[in-house]
Amino acid sequence: MQNFDFEVVMRTWPFLWQGLIFTIEVTLLSALGGVVFGTLLAMARLSSIKPIAWLAGFYVNGLRSIPLLLVIFWFYFLVPYLGAWLIGAKEPVRVGALASCLITFIMFEACYFCEIMRAGIQSISRGQIWAGYAIGLNYWQTMIKVVLPQAFRNMLPVLLTQTIILFQDVSLVSVLSIKDFFGAAQLVATQEGRPLEMYITVALIYFVLCFVLSLMVKKLQKKIAIIR
Amino acid sequence: MYNWNWKILWEVSPDGVNTYLQTLINGLGWTLTVALGAWIMALVLGTVIGVIRTTPVKWAVKLCDAYVEVFRNIPLLVQMFLWFYVMPEFLPGAISAYIKASPNYSVIAAVICLGFFTSARVAEQVKAGIQSLPRGQSMAGTALGLTLPQTYRYVLLPMAGRIVIPPLTSEFLNVIKNSAVAFTISVVELMGAARSMQEFSFQVFEAFTAATIIFLIVNGCVILLMRTIERFARVPGFIVSGGGH
Repeated sequence: MQNFDFEVVMRTWPFLWQGLIFTIEVTLLSALGGVVFGTLLAMARLSSIKPIAWLAGFYVNGLRSIPLLLVIFWFYFLVPYLGAWLIGAKEPVRVGALASCLITFIMFEACYFCEIMRAGIQSISRGQIWAGYAIGLNYWQTMIKVVLPQAFRNMLPVLLTQTIILFQDVSLVSVLSIKDFFGAAQLVATQEGRPLEMYITVALIYFVLCFVLSLMVKKLQKKIAIIR
Repeated sequence: MYNWNWKILWEVSPDGVNTYLQTLINGLGWTLTVALGAWIMALVLGTVIGVIRTTPVKWAVKLCDAYVEVFRNIPLLVQMFLWFYVMPEFLPGAISAYIKASPNYSVIAAVICLGFFTSARVAEQVKAGIQSLPRGQSMAGTALGLTLPQTYRYVLLPMAGRIVIPPLTSEFLNVIKNSAVAFTISVVELMGAARSMQEFSFQVFEAFTAATIIFLIVNGCVILLMRTIERFARVPGFIVSGGGH
């Protein structure tokens, strides 16, 4: 067993910190985008217009049955072509690391957030929707003012738990040599020849962050449960 | 724009023997090997840990809770690297050298890693399954004069075992999907095969489309199989909603 030298962690910390900031940025923005897009998908899946429900179901179930790594590669190569098609350019567009990650995770996590929000919307009794219609609200008003705030609140702990999973999943973008927290650590590990110290440090930091966050979610869950 | 060339699947890959399609099928073989190996490990470990977490033995419960937290709060990718790069360094010199020289070590590391990772999730489902039983059942067991192991053996586990099958279906699907992460420690499973096909042939979308279709087919087969098992195992009149992701 070689000697440990955690000094390398101290020395390269600013670089790792940048990676951690990138990971947190991607997590928060994707969670936000994913919840919005996921809620729309959930409404589509519950729509009485069959083709819309069917199409949303196809998208959600399709993405949920393939590995995230495959999705990451798909979007990494597909987005430049989609961009070119959207703005009518001849050549594939260049997309930055952050934008590419954001698009991927918003599109992917929306499927999981969709299933959570679908359960949330279904947890609100039908009578409330009828009441909304009865006082003259239209579909969007009923959704935004009556159903979604309650659904969102009921599902908040689950949404946050999914966000913690998302925070862990962002580490997978390191396969595209993107310097997220793990990608940065991996680079240092190879350049400095110190894989042990780097991987153990990263594992510990991830563990502490995720563990503390999940404890907070558990607390919130209890708090919400008492009020209801 | 992009030039589609589906015939690429029948062209010979850089290994000189197999067509690209054949390399993808071989990749699927490794995907299933890793997933099944990890699944068996996860079922055994996860059931034991999950059962212990419902017993009244306080210190054992604490220990098993800690086990679950460790494997749930570190990203799978990081765990892969820990098992593959870090673990051998902590073993005695001779064993470490033997392991590093072994050509299949990456596969073994992947199975161990995914097995432990999934066992924590199985343990959660098993625990939830046992706790979903009415408390009266274990009390009735005690009242009948059964010991704790007997209560589990004859009262709780036969019911919980059947209740827990639907949520375990989704965990089984997860283990197949998660096995793609093994590609990062150079196991040439389906994801890795598609990635190397993309790198050598430059036919990005054919490679990933083929891999996607194979994953969808495998998923479909597993769902059909598990539905059949679920139908036979269902407890009449006992409705428990399945666990999600």
